[in-house]
Amino acid sequence: MKYLDEYRDGALVAPLVEKIARLSAGRALKVMEVCGGHTHTIYKHGIEEILPDTVDLVHGPGCPVCVIPMGRIDDALALARTPGVIFTTYGDMMRVPGSKGSLLEAKAEGADVRFVYSPLDALKLARANPDRRVIFFAIGFETTAPSTALTLLRAQAEGVPNFSIFCNHVTIIPAVKAILDSPDLRLDGFIGPGHVSAIIGTRPYRFIAQDYRKPVVIAGFEPVDILQAIEMIVRQIVESRAEVENQYTRVVIEGGNGKALEAMMRTMELRPYFEWRGLGFITHSALKLRPEFAAFDAEALFDVPGVRIADPKACQCGEVLKGTIKPWQCKVFGTACTPETPIGTCMVSSEGACAAYYNYGRYAMSRPGAAAGEETAP
Amino acid sequence: MREDPAGVSDRIERARQARHGRYLLKEEFITLSHGSGGKASHSLIEGVFVAALRNPLLDRMEDQAVFTVEGARLAFTTDSYVVDPIFFPGGDIGKLAVNGTVNDLATSGADPLYLSLGVILEEGFPLSDLHRIAASIREAADRAGVQVITGDTKVVPRGKADKIFINTAGVGVLRRQGTISLSRARPGDRVLMSGPIGDHGVTVLAARGDLELELEIESDTAPLNGLIRALLDTGVEVHCLKDPTRGGVATALNEIAMHSGVSIALDEINLPVSPEVQGACEILGLDPLYIANEGRLLVIAPPEGVDVLLRTMRNHEFGAGSRIIGEVFTEPQSMVFLRTEIGGTRVVDMLAGDPLPRIC
Repeated sequence: MKYLDEYRDGALVAPLVEKIARLSAGRALKVMEVCGGHTHTIYKHGIEEILPDTVDLVHGPGCPVCVIPMGRIDDALALARTPGVIFTTYGDMMRVPGSKGSLLEAKAEGADVRFVYSPLDALKLARANPDRRVIFFAIGFETTAPSTALTLLRAQAEGVPNFSIFCNHVTIIPAVKAILDSPDLRLDGFIGPGHVSAIIGTRPYRFIAQDYRKPVVIAGFEPVDILQAIEMIVRQIVESRAEVENQYTRVVIEGGNGKALEAMMRTMELRPYFEWRGLGFITHSALKLRPEFAAFDAEALFDVPGVRIADPKACQCGEVLKGTIKPWQCKVFGTACTPETPIGTCMVSSEGACAAYYNYGRYAMSRPGAAAGEETAP
Repeated sequence: MREDPAGVSDRIERARQARHGRYLLKEEFITLSHGSGGKASHSLIEGVFVAALRNPLLDRMEDQAVFTVEGARLAFTTDSYVVDPIFFPGGDIGKLAVNGTVNDLATSGADPLYLSLGVILEEGFPLSDLHRIAASIREAADRAGVQVITGDTKVVPRGKADKIFINTAGVGVLRRQGTISLSRARPGDRVLMSGPIGDHGVTVLAARGDLELELEIESDTAPLNGLIRALLDTGVEVHCLKDPTRGGVATALNEIAMHSGVSIALDEINLPVSPEVQGACEILGLDPLYIANEGRLLVIAPPEGVDVLLRTMRNHEFGAGSRIIGEVFTEPQSMVFLRTEIGGTRVVDMLAGDPLPRIC
């Protein structure tokens, strides 16, 4: 496919890997990819495996499904079970476990839960079912928040009274800052998120370079994008620079997307604090609807328990999200916690580090032992 | 903190072995995942039906049962169809119901002979649609060379079923010696695929209309008994035949890897995927390897005969796009891998959850 194949070209990959190896020789660098989309690409294409040992990728908190705390899932379940409600969600959220089951199970028990590809589909459902109350489970970073915002504006303009939003949008910068301030972590650079940056631009990352002296390179989502970004980060380190660079120039511009940002500002405001799964409460890290949109705010319209639920004891999603442990170092990884029966959110979403490791990465782990026989898969 | 990475795979394998290669059935209710054809479906079948009905023929867990009656080797199978929408580009629920059962018989090496037809109709279903489906069933049966010789009809009140559900069962006869089975893949064997993957699933998804995807592809639904007969007529040894339906090529090959206790490596660069399916999958975040096919064939055979098989497949109307997509290895057992275009490898696991219900 045009625009895709050229970024998956095997011929471009080998020279890049060689360059990274040459530049990073003798070092032990830890680079965090902030975005779950990058984690997914890294595992889907086996990038860790072709990287030199001198560069270690650490998987960050940018998987929107993974960072939703259990209490919010319970709130979603309560909304979904409210009589007369059609509860709509992105498909990924269906299997995320709350303290009392998942949306998929609530659906099996009779709740009207439907998965949609966009909040506009939920609005369409609301118009088609005027006698029902349609709630959209809004999650995600600045990538998905604009489409929620635009849907809200449309719902307001058209006056759809039976439509509301259960808003769980989060913002990436405070989470990155929390990770930078975390004492148990040493990182040498960041692969910046591509889609989020298409909205917010490149300026919000400057503090990482200026205050923390860490290189940031915003990258696209194909293997060549990621390898190029790693090469740029390593080059900065070698040259003792710490800057925000943009590898994803075909999509990301410095100022971001003004229209999308404006729609977000008109409809949403920062929450004083929000709980992130595994990371705890982070100040000004999430969005809620502005009071003018209270008529569309499910949290204002419905009773939600709003109870904070502690993560299951065995689950180490928090450490995985901060990058302090690798997914396979978690006590329950692959045994009690699998994609079929997830305990933690990181095992649910295809962007979650644990699911990516489990689904795609196990072979790389088993390689040393597996390389013995002649007839072993290469 | 846990030990070295290599130890983790062993622990996962031990956890798998401890449940005897079975997936646990933890849920209290049926969810849509149980219909996905992937892990949850397996846990349901093994945890409920095989557990209750256990017998040597059922325990083989293949797409059909093969048994001998008065000296004749017969194959017997059944399948139900709940596809939504019932009409889609390239086919409809009737054509699917014939081809699906024909293919489940043919992949044992049997010549399909007779089908049964069970129809559950929702009150209010238009008779014109039913005529159309019946004509389509007749046409598909003629095409496959089978006859529908018995049937049943039920009508349920409006809202108690969605339009029309169809069940077909089929009987075929095995006229050749030798066994074709999911458990016969051997190290060194090659994996052949008869055409592009994912066309059916993506077509049905697009035909639902809620994605507003306009694609110029059709369902691949087709009877595979002619193609399989041509393959077996060459006299070349074939180990496994499988039509990768729900759960896609990934799930089908995982079943073979588990049944045969082998490892299967696929080459991403050789996977046939149409630009339309690739594009739709990129947009929707799906992997073509997990999308259903209804008229594609996976063939696993020793390397010596592969040239002849490939030529025969390519000469057949339903195998024109055939190519070698992978190879069978000894270790690590019961796993499928993909060698990526950029030179990495990754595990290709069985489908876990179902993103697309009611695809067939």
